[in-house]
Amino acid sequence: MSKALLGKKIGMSRYFLEDGTNVPVTIVEAGPCVITQIKSEETDGYNAIQIGYEDVKPSRATMPIIGHDAKAGTAPKRFHNECTMENVDDVELGQLLDVSIFEDVKYVDIIGTSKGKGFQGGMKRHNFKGLEASHGVKRAHRRPGSINGHATNLGTGPKPKKGKRMPGHMGNKRITCRSIEIINIDTDRNLLVVKGAIPGANQGMVIIQQAKRLNRKKTAAVS
Amino acid sequence: MGSQKLVESITENQLRDADFFPDFHVGDTINVHYTIVEGEKERIQVFQGVLIGQKSRGVNATITVRRIVANEGVERIFPLHSPRIAKLEVVRQGDARRAKLYFLRDRVGKSRRLRDRRRGLKN
Repeated sequence: MSKALLGKKIGMSRYFLEDGTNVPVTIVEAGPCVITQIKSEETDGYNAIQIGYEDVKPSRATMPIIGHDAKAGTAPKRFHNECTMENVDDVELGQLLDVSIFEDVKYVDIIGTSKGKGFQGGMKRHNFKGLEASHGVKRAHRRPGSINGHATNLGTGPKPKKGKRMPGHMGNKRITCRSIEIINIDTDRNLLVVKGAIPGANQGMVIIQQAKRLNRKKTAAVS
Repeated sequence: MGSQKLVESITENQLRDADFFPDFHVGDTINVHYTIVEGEKERIQVFQGVLIGQKSRGVNATITVRRIVANEGVERIFPLHSPRIAKLEVVRQGDARRAKLYFLRDRVGKSRRLRDRRRGLKN
């Protein structure tokens, strides 16, 4: 997980590949990020770097953040994130990371916060089927149905099982999209063009990192 | 630069040159020469029909072409800037008073045809 950047979702469009196929793409601004802290085996027990992204007005930032980022010699940043590294010997505090670190990378994982949907019923939230439209069903067409019996012999007792899927708050949750293909890189403006959709609204903060695992087809494509 | 501008600027080099397209309007009968890839081989298929709608959003621009095949209406939506479009030709200029000719879907027989657009004359 050595290659990671913070970024921002810009928007979606389409892209024509060289063979003429037409793919939906998302444009992501990736970096530039500053290394704001280096954690090492001796001091923290593990190796990691903390990166910061997007300047924030000092009047809007808190004093601890201003002080923390000043140690790296930069203006206060809006977002910080830590990524574990195998070794931290060749990085230094205040070093700038930009999108060029993804130049030889084919697939990335993108982590974002999904759009909030508010309080939703079981049909939208968990794809429940609902009840029937007729045959005596009254005012219960979208209800989840029974959630348990009052005495089950499954060892759960007279209470719904823990984690029972029910209506509730949907979205606004951290979502990871794995092994998304990189279509194009614009190093001048730190833009990444990736295939398909990524979580969250436009302007939302995302974490972009080298894909952790690939399926067989994608592994073959990389090698 | 705003987000929309950024999206447009990154897809700018995907756009076709303006002189690739003939002067066409909604209501025209057009020929779309579309490259079809079958395994290794490529061939060009011509789809002739009435242009019933147009969407122009930069690289997302599309045209909707409707034709009648074996008494069945067929509509195809082509991405205008796709490299698979080999050629566009206007066969016949039709007169249309609206931007989207969806009413043609309900027309049968002769009423399906559009009046000719004569040069210089507003019929």
